[in-house]
Amino acid sequence: MAQQTSQTGQEIVLDEFFLDDTDRKIIHATQSGLPLESRPYDLIAESIGITGNEVRQRMQNMQQQGIIRRIAAVPNHYALGYKGNGMTVWNVPDERIAELGKQVGALDFVSHCYQRPRYLPDWPYNLFAMVHAHNREEALLLVKKIADLLGEADGGHDVLFSTRILKKTGMRLLP
Amino acid sequence: MDKMDKMDRNIINILQTGFPLSEEPYAEVAVQLGITETELLNRLSRLLKEKTLTRFGPMYDAQKLGGAFSLVAIQVPEDDFDNVTEVVNSYPEVAHNYQRDHDFNMWYVLATETPEQIDEVNRDIERRTGLKVFNMPKLEEYFIGLQLRV
Repeated sequence: MAQQTSQTGQEIVLDEFFLDDTDRKIIHATQSGLPLESRPYDLIAESIGITGNEVRQRMQNMQQQGIIRRIAAVPNHYALGYKGNGMTVWNVPDERIAELGKQVGALDFVSHCYQRPRYLPDWPYNLFAMVHAHNREEALLLVKKIADLLGEADGGHDVLFSTRILKKTGMRLLP
Repeated sequence: MDKMDKMDRNIINILQTGFPLSEEPYAEVAVQLGITETELLNRLSRLLKEKTLTRFGPMYDAQKLGGAFSLVAIQVPEDDFDNVTEVVNSYPEVAHNYQRDHDFNMWYVLATETPEQIDEVNRDIERRTGLKVFNMPKLEEYFIGLQLRV
């Protein structure tokens, strides 16, 4: 990842994108959510001492840079009736993982799709895809769909359902 | 979930796809939904309060903000599970920790300021638990951000 911290430790360079103090204030002001008020960006602007236009412009820039993935609601899967949330893991050929990862990620029931390292012989899986279904049976049908899509590239797979949340804290985005 | 009506579902579906960067964005979305801005704000506030929605706002790519992250798995003997949970959860760098039904039965997410700290915490957990930790950082991301239809 292309990033550097300056000697003061205050500035972070991301590729060609530079987050300054004002951007960081916006991130701080919005990382737990957007105000539920008629003019939310103006309200954030007021707390920082800039104009609403500047807040919107800076947030738009951050969105273009992928620093903001999107501005959106994040549902609680469980509350929406999605109780079969499984981490599916796959052993696929390394030379085809980019192509296959994109295909699996494009499925409409997959929320996250990543390549992660194998640890042979204990852990042969290099592709992770989170699937969301109403129950385990339905989730297993989705696993089958992924297996069908991968065909002979599926060198073995497994699905791990979570049984207990042992810890869950909000991640602090900025030190 | 039982308390959700059709409009709640419409709101959840539309707000998962994005939100405008305009002066009065709620009013703009309310028009699309055919309700008033006040009704949208009231419903959104209730959905958050009831935890049907976990959050509403900009979703930042934490990795691009300069932190280091990793998913880590351990095979914990059943008898030892509570003790190991206590050790792992004691680190503020451990953001999430889930039990899963597998030989690899503990999966935690580390969030630190530097990549070196990921290794430091993992080594410390290995030393304190006597168990091997399997560090599985993301090497490549193919997709993130499903929209669940409700």
